Parts: sequence; C-alpha cells; structure tokens
Amino acid sequence: MSKLEVTPGMFSNAEVRPSWKTSIVLGAFSLLVLFAFGFFGKPGDVTYNLSNKGDIFSVPDIVVASTFANIVFGSLMLAITAISVWRTIQGKRTPSWLTLIAGLIGATALLGWLAAGNTVPVSFILGSAIVLAVPIILGGLGGLMSERVGVVNIAIEGQLLTGAFMAAVVGTVTHNLWFGLIAAMVASAILSMALASLAIKYLVDQIIIGVLINVLVIGITNFLYSQWLASAGEEANFPGTFDIISIPYLSGLPIIGPALFEARITVYLTFILVPLVWFVLFRTKLGLRARAVGEHPTAADTVGINVGRTRFWWVTIGGAIAGLGGAALTIGNVGAFGREMSGGLGFIALAVVILGRWQPFYVSAAALLFGFAIILRVWANGVAPGIPTDFITMVPYLVTLIAVAGFAGKVRAPAASGQPYIKG
Amino acid sequence: MKLELRGITKRFGSLVANENINLVVESGEIRSLLGENGAGKSTLMNVLYGLYQADGGEILLDGKVQAFKGPGDAMAAGIGMVHQHFMLIPVFTVAENVVLGNEPVNAIGGLDLDTARARVKEISDRFGFDVDPDALVEDLPVGIQQRVEIIKALTRNAKVLVLDEPTAVLTPQETDELMQIMRELAKSGTSIIFITHKLREVQAVADKITVIRQGKVVGEADPKASASELASLMVGREVDLQVEKAANKVGEVVLSVANVSVLDDREQRAVDNVSFEVRAGEILAIAGVQGNGQTELSEALLGLRHTIKGGGDITLGGQVLNNLSVRKHLEAGIGYVPEDRKKDGLVSEFSIAENFMLNGSFGKPFTKGINIDFASRDEISAKLIEEFDVRTQSASTPAGKLSGGNQQKVVVARELSRDVKLLIASQPTRGVDVGSIEFIHERIVAERDSGRAVILISTELDEVLALADRIAVMYRGRIVGIVDAKTSRETLGKMMAGVAA
Repeated sequence: MSKLEVTPGMFSNAEVRPSWKTSIVLGAFSLLVLFAFGFFGKPGDVTYNLSNKGDIFSVPDIVVASTFANIVFGSLMLAITAISVWRTIQGKRTPSWLTLIAGLIGATALLGWLAAGNTVPVSFILGSAIVLAVPIILGGLGGLMSERVGVVNIAIEGQLLTGAFMAAVVGTVTHNLWFGLIAAMVASAILSMALASLAIKYLVDQIIIGVLINVLVIGITNFLYSQWLASAGEEANFPGTFDIISIPYLSGLPIIGPALFEARITVYLTFILVPLVWFVLFRTKLGLRARAVGEHPTAADTVGINVGRTRFWWVTIGGAIAGLGGAALTIGNVGAFGREMSGGLGFIALAVVILGRWQPFYVSAAALLFGFAIILRVWANGVAPGIPTDFITMVPYLVTLIAVAGFAGKVRAPAASGQPYIKG
Repeated sequence: MKLELRGITKRFGSLVANENINLVVESGEIRSLLGENGAGKSTLMNVLYGLYQADGGEILLDGKVQAFKGPGDAMAAGIGMVHQHFMLIPVFTVAENVVLGNEPVNAIGGLDLDTARARVKEISDRFGFDVDPDALVEDLPVGIQQRVEIIKALTRNAKVLVLDEPTAVLTPQETDELMQIMRELAKSGTSIIFITHKLREVQAVADKITVIRQGKVVGEADPKASASELASLMVGREVDLQVEKAANKVGEVVLSVANVSVLDDREQRAVDNVSFEVRAGEILAIAGVQGNGQTELSEALLGLRHTIKGGGDITLGGQVLNNLSVRKHLEAGIGYVPEDRKKDGLVSEFSIAENFMLNGSFGKPFTKGINIDFASRDEISAKLIEEFDVRTQSASTPAGKLSGGNQQKVVVARELSRDVKLLIASQPTRGVDVGSIEFIHERIVAERDSGRAVILISTELDEVLALADRIAVMYRGRIVGIVDAKTSRETLGKMMAGVAA
C-alpha cells in the first residue's frame, strides 16, 4: 500500500488566483497622476520645503517644474502597475509594501500639483497630520482593545466627545490641565463600564447600546454647551492647551524633527501607547488571554479565564484611551470645547480599526491617512484656491481605496466579536 | 487520584439532566461512561469540570470534598478534560494554546514562549505525539488537535483525565493509538473517564463500565460483556444491531460525477478531482474521517456550492447539473438529508407541517395558486407523521421541540416523500437515539430496494459497514478508492488515513 499523493498547494491559499483589482486601481491612479497632474497639469515650479532654519543640518529645498515632476511620478506608478500586472498573470499577489509606495508617490504628486507655483511645507503637513490623527489613533486603539476581547464598541464617538468636554471643563475649573486629562479618561472609562456591563452581564445588543451612548453624549454636551459654556466661556471653557515640548537634538532633524519631536504631551502619549498596546496584546499573558476571549470565549473559560471580567476591563481601559483622544481634541489642540467637535472622528476610528486589521500599528497608519486628508483640505484651500475643496477632500479617500485594494482578502476579525458569552 | 461523585443532580429548568449520580473511579483506572446521545454524560462531566454548578451532591478527590466555582478550580485540583468540541483557539499556535491560562512569563512580564515550547516538546516526546509547538492549530488535522488537548491537560498535571467522545473524529488506527495512550497514562497513575457511545471501544479499553440512561446510572458492566448486552443496558430494551438487507438488484447509472473539484469557505480545495458513479438500487457509502471534504462534496451535489471550472460534470439521469440552482437540483430528483439537521435540515421555530413543505412550496401538493393548500398539507403531514413514526403531539408542534431522533425523522420523511431518483443522506443518524437509528437505517435500505440510488455519507464505520453496497473512502478531498462492502475494517481504516488499497 502506498500513501495517497496530495496535490501540491492543496490546503493552501495558492488555489485562489489573485484578483485583478489591485492592478486596476493602481493603473487608474497612475493614469490620473500622469495625465491630470502631469501632461495637463498646472504650469509653474513647485518647491518641496524639507528643512527649517533652525535644523541641525539643512537639506536644500527641491525646486522642480510641477508638470515634469508629476510625469515622472506618474511613470513610476505605471511601472509599479506593470509589476503588479505581471505578478497577477503569474498567479502571485502584489505585495502590500509596493502598493504603499505607489500610494506615497501618488500623495506626493498630488501635493506637487496643488502647489504649482508655490511651496509644499512637508514637515508642517506631516506634523499637522499627526496632531489631527491623534484622536483617531486613540479612538481606534480603544475600539481595537474592545473588539479584540469580543465586544463591539461603536460608542467611540461618544467617548471622544465626553473626553473633549471633560478635559476642557475640568481643565478650566481646576486651572490644571492634568486634572482635565485625568477627568477625560475617567469619564470616558465610566461610559465604557456602562457599555461593558450592559453588554456582558445583561446581554443587551452591543450595537444598540453603542448608538444610545453616542446619542446620549451628543445630547448632554450640546445641552450643557448651549446652557452653560456658551455664556460662561471664560470660567468654564477656557482651558488653554498643553505646552509644546521640543526634544533636544531630535527636534532639529529635517522633515521629521518638527513633525515628530515638537509636539504636545498628548502626541507623545500616543507614541507610547501604540507600541504599548501592541506589546501587551501580542507579547504578554494578559494579551494572550484577551485574544483568546475574543476568539473563542468557551475555550478561554475552560482554562480558567474569567471571560466577563477580561472583557469588562479591556473595554474599560480602551474607553479611557479613547477619552484621552477626546482630551487631545481640546487641551491637546484647539484649546476649547465646541459643539459636537468630534464631528464623526469616532466613526472614522471604527473604520480605521477594520482597515488596520485590529493591529495597533496598522490602525495608527490608517488613522494617519485620515489625518493627512484633513490637513490637506485645509492647506489646499490656501495654496490653490482655484480647485474645488470637495475634490481635494475626496482624493485621500481614493488613496484609502488603494490601501484597501492592496490589503484586501486578508482581513479577519476576532471570531467572537460582537457575540455575548452565555454560560450554561 | 481517586475520584468520587456522590448524588450529583443537575437540572435545566424542568429537565433533569443528571439525577442522583454516584460514581467512584480509582487511581489508574480507565472508566467508561456509556450512554446514548442526550443521556446526560456530558452534563455530568461539565459538572465535574466546574463548567456547570450541580444542584445537589458532592465531588470528592482522594476523599476530600471539593467546591469548584469554575474550570480553573477543577484544573488546579487535578482534573483535565478533552472536550468533544475542541477548546482550542484556531488562530493561536500549539504552544500558545497549551499554556493559555497558565502562562510562563519572563523577567519583564512578557510571555515566555520558549518555556511554553519546551513544555509541549517534553510531553510530546514522552508519549510520542509528534506535535510541532509552533504550528497554528487551525492548520492541524483533528487527530493532532486532539493530542494538543491532551498535552494541554497533562501540562497542568491532570490526575483525572476526562475524554468526551474522543474517537468521533479519528480514524480506526488513530483510535487504536489513542487507546494505547490511555493505557500508558493509566499505568502512570492517571484516572481516565472515557465517554462514548461506541461499544467496540468500550470493550477494548475500559476497566469498568458505567451505563447512564436518561440522566441516571442504570448499572455497571464488565468490559467482557457482549455488545448486545451492553446495548440493551444502554437503551433499556432489546436491540437488534444488525440491519436486514437482501442482495440488491443494480440498475443503470443514476448519478455520475467526473473529475469534480470544490472549494471550501476558506477558498481551499476541499474536494479534489473526485469521480464516481452511483447506480439505481445501490447504496454507495462515502466513508472517511470528518473534515476530509465530505461536507463540501454533498453540498456540491445539491448545488449549494459551486464546482471549480475546468473539471468534469455532475450528471443526474442524463441531465448535466453543474452549477445550476439548488431548485433545479431538487427538481432533477435529489433528496437530501443534511449532516446538521438543526442548521440545514429544519427551521426549528416552524411547525412540523411547515417543515414538511420547506422544499415543496413551489407547487402541488402543498400550494394552490399563491396560497398554501392547508387541507392538503394537513393530510400529508398526518400521513407522514404516522408512516415515519414521528413522536409528537400534533403536526403544529414546533420542530425544535422534538427530540433529535424525531427531528431527524421529520427531515427523512420530507425527503423520502418526494419522488426522487437519488437520495443523499449525510450523517443520517448523528445524535439520534438507537430506536430511531434502526428505523432510519431500515428506511434507507427500503429506498435502495425500491430502485433508487443512495449516497450515504458517514463518518461512523459501523454504519457504513451495515448499510453500504460499495464504499468510497475520502481522504483530504480525494477518493482513495472505491471498494467492496466486504472489505475489512483494518483496510478501510488505512484508507481513511490516505493509504491507497
């Protein structure tokens, strides 16, 4: 008797041919850059400003004709498209990093097209994108921690808004921004506790609780804003912001120096929290247990892990982090609370969790993309008034589409996400 | 470790799952808990393991009364359990699964996976398990997954090991290996509780047998007792283990499947280039360990799952069925008993009568114009309930309220009452009581005798041997061979492990 031979590649993904969508999307964007930004682009030189005066060493500005640069960028993207097509014909996938490079080239081309006859302040755009991305990153981390243990948290919007409100009010009343920060985290954590206990103990539908919390928080903060803060802004809604901390030497580096190392404490806390959450989730026993609870709660229970308690605390701490994100909106950026100032960032954070595949670093990268989208809209308005803002606003989301096309097919949510655990 | 259960009682609402159960297992003993599906074996073990709290009675280990608040306490006290449905996280590695809940940590509080790997290796080497600590559990065959479960229990120093229906997913050879492992564990002083409904295995490995019926211990037996003796103790009456079957009159080819491949939900090739024919008046059994493509094959035969382009055809009575709609398949003359009646066979909330018309809602006799023909439906329902001996108060009882055996009879009645050319019966007696098994087997043989073609898909070798005229064995999506029904158990076992005959 002989052992049956098994077809090579069986029980592996090799069976499925990679789809053409990556190549098609890449090709479409290459042509857009090549023709719209290149051949039919706006005349004029563009200056890519890479370093400031105070930098340790200075990198000269790059001055180049906008159309010429974009023809080069477009051709590069076409070359990447060609590689992608070739790989697809051979039955291989296009690697994600290649799509990512194409995306970055596309973004640079967009900037160059907008700023024809003008200057692109690279580190200013990067730094602002980070500041604007911080609430999304922190909201995303909160959502991720919740979903990893199997609780869908769509109340991130409410938590951001709560954090923003509490930080502003408590910061003003106590004249201490740190108290404001802590109040934001605690209040948001309490909201999470409500979500967690209703979802885990009383098995209320998680989506419904989330929606209710969002509506409730919007209502309460709107009410308090119009009845109290609007008339008593000086005493209750004037916290100021954290000071900008420059890290010696590092802040003097060109491009990344001002963007990464000249920021408020909320940004630095984010830089610490992202790797910390990653480490806890993937390198410690707490994280192993949390993921087990989110994947297969019954299995976790049979090895003595308390499913309810694990879910409760992860959701709660996730809420505190989302609250910090809210604080970053007021005392970490604008300096005062405004009506519904989270403006949908919490929902973007939800999308970012999925786009980032429940992984802290990917989630942060996806959030940065949205941060970039926001700053681009603001900046483009000033530098190229002729172009409709709506169009500019659209472009980064198209870039997101590239990212999604590149990563598609690998997304796999925690298996027990959204499912209550009922013990016999 | 000596285990003693005294007067354990567990109720779910008005249902008494365990009633005053007493059981003593000595150190190093292999004790079989024998009983039908739903007899209360698993409930009892879940009480022992702390997953359920007993409503009465106590658990003693080495004479000391234990109070388990959860599985953690039970494990700490030395009880290990290999569940029927594995308690493993599919996306974790073997090492991560083994240490989960009991993790070694390094100096900075991180997970110490090297120690975890060493633990797996140590047990794996000691018992010759051959398990790779870094493999993802979802990539492992079920037989190996089960070993991971055993390693999990052993690394926690289990002195009492409970195995809940451990052989359901194993080939006969793997079952033999498992029994060898059980004997070795017992020799080293571990007490083993072996839950099963398979008499052959009990006779082979148990030191003592406790029989449970309807939540009560109905007696103890010696492993030397005959199979029919054990069966009647388990069921509570005389059981005929043989299926009466006359020689068959084979007719023309009804179904031919040529070079068909099918992808599963993870887009992997679950059925790989399979070809076979079924003739009128014969039962072709498709044997094999669970998860080797039988499910996907049966779904493809009904049109629930598409076949891969470039393969051959599925032809039923001259009509090519490739990738037609399910309704076209049904109309072509296929009767289908799905492997999971609760998921695919019935709508639990619907009444029995409504379930009878699930795939007959397109025309006569159940409907008249756009209306349901209630009079006709009631008449048909009454007839089917009578003919198939469905034990129910009325045809308007929700199907979910019936016992497993009666639910299955409803499905079988619906499929057999249609005029079909081919009957596909997938795991027709899984989770069904012995009385219903006899009945369903007789009906399947009667279908064959009336000149229909039958495909029986079963992971139970006993069932395959009792019913089949020819046996096709599947392994990893391929048909290893199609053999005569008189082929020995041993040869079939080897084929189930992929060795071509």
